[in-house]
Amino acid sequence: MATIIYSMMGETILVAEDIFRDYGCLHALNGINLRVEEGEFIAIIGPNGAGKSTLLKIFASLISPTEGTLQIFGTKDHDREDVQDRIGMLSHETFLYENLTARENLVFFGKLYGIEHTALDERCDYLIRKIGLWKRAEDPVKNFSRGMKQRLSFARAIIHDPSLLLLDEPYTGLDMNASSLMENLLLENPAVTKIMITHDLDKAFRLCNRLLIMEDGNIVHDVGANDPNARKFAEAVCFSDGGQFKC
Amino acid sequence: MLKGLNIALKDLKIESRAREIFISMVVFSLLILIIFSIAFSDLLSSASKTATVASGVLWICFIFAGTLGLNRTFATEVQNSCMDALKMCPIPRNSIYLSKVIFVFLLMLLVEIITIPMFSVLFNYQFTAIIWVGIVILLGSFGFVVVGCLISALVIRARAGEMLLPVLLLPLSLPVIIPAVSATSGLLRGEDIFSLMSYIRLLVVYDFVFFAVSMLVFEYVVED
Repeated sequence: MATIIYSMMGETILVAEDIFRDYGCLHALNGINLRVEEGEFIAIIGPNGAGKSTLLKIFASLISPTEGTLQIFGTKDHDREDVQDRIGMLSHETFLYENLTARENLVFFGKLYGIEHTALDERCDYLIRKIGLWKRAEDPVKNFSRGMKQRLSFARAIIHDPSLLLLDEPYTGLDMNASSLMENLLLENPAVTKIMITHDLDKAFRLCNRLLIMEDGNIVHDVGANDPNARKFAEAVCFSDGGQFKC
Repeated sequence: MLKGLNIALKDLKIESRAREIFISMVVFSLLILIIFSIAFSDLLSSASKTATVASGVLWICFIFAGTLGLNRTFATEVQNSCMDALKMCPIPRNSIYLSKVIFVFLLMLLVEIITIPMFSVLFNYQFTAIIWVGIVILLGSFGFVVVGCLISALVIRARAGEMLLPVLLLPLSLPVIIPAVSATSGLLRGEDIFSLMSYIRLLVVYDFVFFAVSMLVFEYVVED
């Protein structure tokens, strides 16, 4: 039985009701019910194949649920184009074009989000400075290290100043410095609602205020990060395979 | 929809730097021309005999070069999962398709602009009714690209997708290849344009129908 908490941080921005998603005969999600309030920083944890990425892809409208309804920013079964400019996504895949420069990547995505020319130039300058790539702004992304690409990917994800940021294992392949910079960037704007898939329990407890623990396509625990039982629940799911860490 | 056309500009910018697709299309097309010019060297003395094979040779160049281009069209979007980023942008998904059609169509036009004069030189052939030939080539190429981009998006993530593309594309594009080759052949043999109008009408209808259908179904093609 899922332990459900609803924090009272702000407006409800996401409501998922009985979300099922099947891939052929494989049931990836088995009736997810979830409410997300504005300003929450939620970690989704669980073993491989628990349905975490599928759930995030549904929130990003990259895939549709087989059954169930999803309401984002008050838009039922979200009319994609109306809410897309309020959602950003950062993944372990960079979503960047290798043959374009850092600035060209940001400008390209900025244009797709409909940002006006002058505002876009200013926004790109601001973000490139912020992620520490000012000197490499005109270099093609293919010459960047993994950490630099991930920082640029973060800038791309927030180029349109989204209200909801979806993060799918954003720390994959980052060294300690890059990881720490990413952490600072994530914590910078607390007003932005963040939902992050991570395999790092320590990071989840340090950064997030709510944990969704998933197993076999279900949310088995929905707990506050300060809940005394939270770590026990998380470890029970992640270490449930005879003490072998499954995440 | 207009915002989405930035994708075509982005593709042109990437191609202008990498030149991966265009160079291979041009080289492949010229190679076919050279092979045919050697194989048909006996015909080169007679313009009327050249006219009978010209249409086939030209369309083989265009179709195979176009297939090469189509194979790589969505490759930039698959690398680093950029397609997911595009799908998340507040643009109609069929604007991604429209951009790809514009991009590949422009590449095919450039290849054709290079191939046709080279054909003239290698086969010692003077084109007649060049404007109508140009219109038929434009209509034929557009129809081919319209179907090709849809199938390219369909197979890009499949295993051996590059093998699968020509297998699916060539039969589906036969309704555009047959009238295009027939109309080009008739024009090069000096037939009256009015006797070839049925082919041109067929090309226009095919282009329109497949373009409209592709714009409608593209959203479902790129859905995971």
